[in-house]
Amino acid sequence: MRHIISVMLENESGALSRVAGMFSARGFNIESLTVAPTNDETLSRLTVVSVGDDNIIEQIVKQLNKIIDVVEVTDLTSFEHIERELMLIKLNVSKANLTHIMKQIETFSGKIVDASDDTYTVELAGQSKNLDAFMEKIDQSLIIEISRTGVTGVIKGNK
Amino acid sequence: MRMELNGAQILTNSLIEEGVEYIFGYPGGAVLHIYDALNDQDSISHILVRHEQGAAHAADGYARASGKPGVVLVTSGPGITNAVTGIATAYMDSIPMVIISGQVPSMLIGNDAFQEVDAVGITRSCVKHNFLIKDISKIAVTLKKAFHIATTGRPGPVLIDIPKDITIAKSEEQVYPSKIDLRSYKPNNPIDQVQIKKAADLIARSKKPIIYSGGGSVIGNASKELREFTRILGYPITQTLMGLGAYPANDKLSLGMLGMHGTYEANMAMHGSDCVIAVGARFDDRVTANIDKFCPTAKIVHIDIDPTSIGKNVAVDVPLVGDVAQVLKGIIATLGDKKVSEISSWWKQINEWRSKNSLHYKREKGIIKPQTVIETLYEVTGGEAIVTSDVGQHQMWAAQYYLFDEPRRWINSGGLGTMGFGLPAAMGAKLAVPDRDVACVTGEGSIQMMTQELSTMLQYNTAVKIVNLNNRYLGMVRQWQEFFYDKRYSMSYMHALPDFVKLAESYGHVGILVEKESELKPALEEAFKLKDRTVFLDIITDQKENVFPMIPSGAGHHEMLLAGEDDMVSTDDEGLNLV
Repeated sequence: MRHIISVMLENESGALSRVAGMFSARGFNIESLTVAPTNDETLSRLTVVSVGDDNIIEQIVKQLNKIIDVVEVTDLTSFEHIERELMLIKLNVSKANLTHIMKQIETFSGKIVDASDDTYTVELAGQSKNLDAFMEKIDQSLIIEISRTGVTGVIKGNK
Repeated sequence: MRMELNGAQILTNSLIEEGVEYIFGYPGGAVLHIYDALNDQDSISHILVRHEQGAAHAADGYARASGKPGVVLVTSGPGITNAVTGIATAYMDSIPMVIISGQVPSMLIGNDAFQEVDAVGITRSCVKHNFLIKDISKIAVTLKKAFHIATTGRPGPVLIDIPKDITIAKSEEQVYPSKIDLRSYKPNNPIDQVQIKKAADLIARSKKPIIYSGGGSVIGNASKELREFTRILGYPITQTLMGLGAYPANDKLSLGMLGMHGTYEANMAMHGSDCVIAVGARFDDRVTANIDKFCPTAKIVHIDIDPTSIGKNVAVDVPLVGDVAQVLKGIIATLGDKKVSEISSWWKQINEWRSKNSLHYKREKGIIKPQTVIETLYEVTGGEAIVTSDVGQHQMWAAQYYLFDEPRRWINSGGLGTMGFGLPAAMGAKLAVPDRDVACVTGEGSIQMMTQELSTMLQYNTAVKIVNLNNRYLGMVRQWQEFFYDKRYSMSYMHALPDFVKLAESYGHVGILVEKESELKPALEEAFKLKDRTVFLDIITDQKENVFPMIPSGAGHHEMLLAGEDDMVSTDDEGLNLV
């Protein structure tokens, strides 16, 4: 099963490689990984998406907790949570496909953030599965490149 | 006003404040300032090894014998890379160690400077934690953090990489913190009392229990509690290679070692048990053998300080995270008012297995059996020596035939299996416990990986007795080739060996060649009479002897090979995959 694991990490140099290194050394998979500062300047939040059975996810959480620079680990998947991912997708645009593109952008609440004579760059944010759906719906031959941030998330409510 | 000191002096003062007795190290460009500062003090003795791997193993041996952290000082580049094998050895066996490595000056880091390696990167996966000091004001606090992390929770090595400019820069004298609190590292969580009760219930009503104790009982100084726990229950106990001595081998409740080369009774009892009580052990593959066939009928109670050890290899019924001694105390208290099962029929079964006498071996006229050497060593030292070993057949024989009755007497590389460990570890152990006899049981293969430390041993007069089981083969490799590779002895025989007696003598030690069994005991007695000399006993042993019992790869605990049954070996490809 897919799990979103949120890790509060000391904002120290090398902390990220301790986490990434643990995943590769122990053969755990990483589907996506994002890391950025938080409102506490001494902490970074790292969000990792991994797939595995309960035993594997339990080991991942324990192994993360064992890393000295890790302050807190939360498996968001075991709570009601919000997950979001941002995608920038650059598309070939021509008169022939404009309607098709605009319809998909509208359906998925995308935003055109850059345009040239024959390209649009579209910004989409949402659950990863919605971004996947957009990529499926759009004519594959129109996609020039895609950049996705990976998933981030928080627990719902006041937890 | 406080005195102004350079970084090297602050570092040295911190080590003195920490109470460090010995540093095992080797100088070089990046640590010259530190060596200069060490020259101005006499609280800490520096042991100048001949190879940085030797420094790490010696510090490791010191730590295992004393229970205190070992300290290593090496220079940048090859200094630290040479030490890596020793650091990884300590990591795998959870040994407290602090390694200080010099680094090129801060402004050169990342420039491929002379003798630069990314020490923090290279060691990341074989240390508990590591630091790169970037600011002179952080030296004392980083040292404190390192010792705190290395010695608490599940211990392990911690590396501090310190660029040369930081050792030269000046700063106000720094107060060495007496305590430190890290928000991201809380090794002492309260023990779950509900789990204690569950464990006690399960233990008390089991009919075929077995206690399986590991290195955690030694490292966690839980020998006293383990003995009390075992004796209150009257349950059988087996110990891992890393755990030997926490419970006395000579006690009637002891079934000896379990696992790949464990006794018949220990492995059969594991296989037949309905309740395995794992104490500071980690269900390593040498212990479990084929995991699919492991303890098919047992409920498992697992006590360990490291939560990641629990549920990693086998599913556990009652997990108990915490300091082994404290958890055992908790269970003992809870057992106080409980009725414990009567298990005489289980003991009857175990005693039948025991009667197989699985460590029996045949003596042959004119040939020295390696097992006889260990038995004689035990006899001559009255079972009171600290015994270190290298890795291979001799290691298993030492574990099987030297009956350890106390913890911290048996020192070997269990996890990493590092050949070359034994000699420098013996040197470190001798420094830690100078009044006790120290023997290094080794083989002609392993010893040649670290002979240069004979020179260090002369310089510091660490009198160790080296018991070289010389069978002219890399014996464990040869044994596997005999069993699993149709006796194709590829590269397991060395055609040119040194004259070890002359080698020892050239280093200023005593060398004794033993070729006949009749010479064995007198030679060992003579060696141990020479209290202040290192003696190298080169003992020519049976070339063909194998280690039994043995669980072949892919087999279960109940599928052991016993001595004399080695023609029956056959292993499928899946089994051969395992090492």
